[in-house]
Amino acid sequence: MRTTLIASALLAALVAGCSSTPMSDSTSGASVEDRGAGSGSVARVEAGQPGGTGIAALKDPKNILSKRDVFFDFDSYTIRDEAKPLVEAHARFLVANPTMKVLIQGNADERGSREYNLALGQKRADAVKKALVLLGAKDGQIESVSLGEEKPRCTASTEDCYAQNRRGEILYSGEF
Amino acid sequence: MIKPADFSRFLTTVALLASSLAAHAQLSIEITGAGANRYPVAIATFENEGALPRSVTEVVRGDLERSGLFSLVEMGPTPVGESTTPDFAHLKYKGADAVAVGSVAAAEGGRLEVRFRLYDVQKQVSLGGMSFRTLPNQYRATGHRVADYIYEKLTGLPGVFATRIAYVQKIGSRYELQIADADGQNAQTALASREPIISPAWSPDGGRLAYVSFEAKKPVVYVHTLATGTRQVAANFRGSNSAPAWSPDGNRLAVVLTKDGQSQIYSLNADGSGVQRLASSSGIDTEPAWSADGQWIYFTSDRGGSPQVYRIPSSGGDAQRVTFEGSYNVTPRPSSDGKSLAYITRNNGRFQVAVMDLASRQSAVLTDSNRDESPSFAPNGRMILYATESGGRGVLAAVSVDGRVKQRLSGQAGDVREPAWGPLPR
Repeated sequence: MRTTLIASALLAALVAGCSSTPMSDSTSGASVEDRGAGSGSVARVEAGQPGGTGIAALKDPKNILSKRDVFFDFDSYTIRDEAKPLVEAHARFLVANPTMKVLIQGNADERGSREYNLALGQKRADAVKKALVLLGAKDGQIESVSLGEEKPRCTASTEDCYAQNRRGEILYSGEF
Repeated sequence: MIKPADFSRFLTTVALLASSLAAHAQLSIEITGAGANRYPVAIATFENEGALPRSVTEVVRGDLERSGLFSLVEMGPTPVGESTTPDFAHLKYKGADAVAVGSVAAAEGGRLEVRFRLYDVQKQVSLGGMSFRTLPNQYRATGHRVADYIYEKLTGLPGVFATRIAYVQKIGSRYELQIADADGQNAQTALASREPIISPAWSPDGGRLAYVSFEAKKPVVYVHTLATGTRQVAANFRGSNSAPAWSPDGNRLAVVLTKDGQSQIYSLNADGSGVQRLASSSGIDTEPAWSADGQWIYFTSDRGGSPQVYRIPSSGGDAQRVTFEGSYNVTPRPSSDGKSLAYITRNNGRFQVAVMDLASRQSAVLTDSNRDESPSFAPNGRMILYATESGGRGVLAAVSVDGRVKQRLSGQAGDVREPAWGPLPR
């Protein structure tokens, strides 16, 4: 499909043509189509579709391993006491399953610059990663990344929502 | 024979159907503030413009009027051809300081020739003229070129009506990176995704966009060639990859990577090779932007405790702090003439566009809104395009560097954000 679209776009660019004609008057310049054909046409691309398979043990709602969210206070990167059992359970699981890998996605609330919030989300993901490594997981098992303010769980502009969005989320291989 | 435009429209339709997407709305510009002393100009209806699908004169008038720098003097419906000497006495009486007259004539190959001439009404002399050979459906592009010429002759600055903008539109759970003409028309989707797209940045030649896409469930920097849709991963290191910025020569990208710890600024080639670290801090460094002369890289850092604007020599060296007022100054974007810096400042909890005169280091807040983000200079340095919120939706807006001219660009559906104003066409 993608190849077809690219080919179509190239074809369109060729057909649209590009001829430059001399200016008859006091000033010279390029003909308008110069822009339309060269840099003007835009080919459309579809980015990757979602996929992934689950791991039963991690999805059992009765198991603490099915809980994946670590919430943070405003402007804070410290793991709260209430989240410690969850982090410890995941660390034990990673130690027991050394081939298992996790992706930790850090998130921020929506206020302010998107790129700065991306960096703040990274600090939250890094805090979760650091805790897991301190508890025995291997550095190579864990990648910490940020989604910044781009994937809010809650979309209202309220303090309650902001609190739900300031979180680190643990995803296992096959879930990302 | 199938007309090229019809054919490419057909292809666009196929692409849209293939991805089962509804057609998206164009953005429309609404002017919400104008310059104090607008230049009175008359644009006569171009002779024989009925040969075009729509009026080219209206495109020229619309561009000049929306710029906020001109007031249009009514000329009446009678066309005035390019070779006709205008009635200066009457124009003077009507208050026009300049007048443009023009004609449309058939040319070979199904093309049309659009010719026009601009006159100084007071001095009763020609300020020059131009002609374009164009396909009939290119009447909008032609009108933008005519308006650019008039703008430059009368203000001394290049016009930006024929430039393009990039932005991200979110409709439901879909994200689309769109490329549109500077007036919001002719929008085309360069990338559609179920995951967020942020931080588009135009290459200096206008042919490529660098951006951050989350389609791999993490931020990865891509370089995308617009004409072909070819994409290349520029930065996909362990951790997050974001905030791409082109060097003025188009050879290097500054990016933010977390591969060595916290968010830090590196430079690399567009194909991802030749990675060099540009700055080191114990805090967050992000949002790099090169100065137009290539000497400096401006960026946001919280190394001093709160996010502020700093700069470093692009060849390396110590960081200098640039902003001092307030506790949140982010997203520095230098103008192409090197004189000013646009950025976002937080004022009593409100995020607003500010501009700093780099020589005097004096700043002024230009907007009165609450949620401004992502400022981007027009290539002539006169306007700043940015994202803001209106009625609970993301919209784009633009403000002149003197704060007087204000425009809003909004679509009919969805959120519009992450604008980037493209370079002057070559």
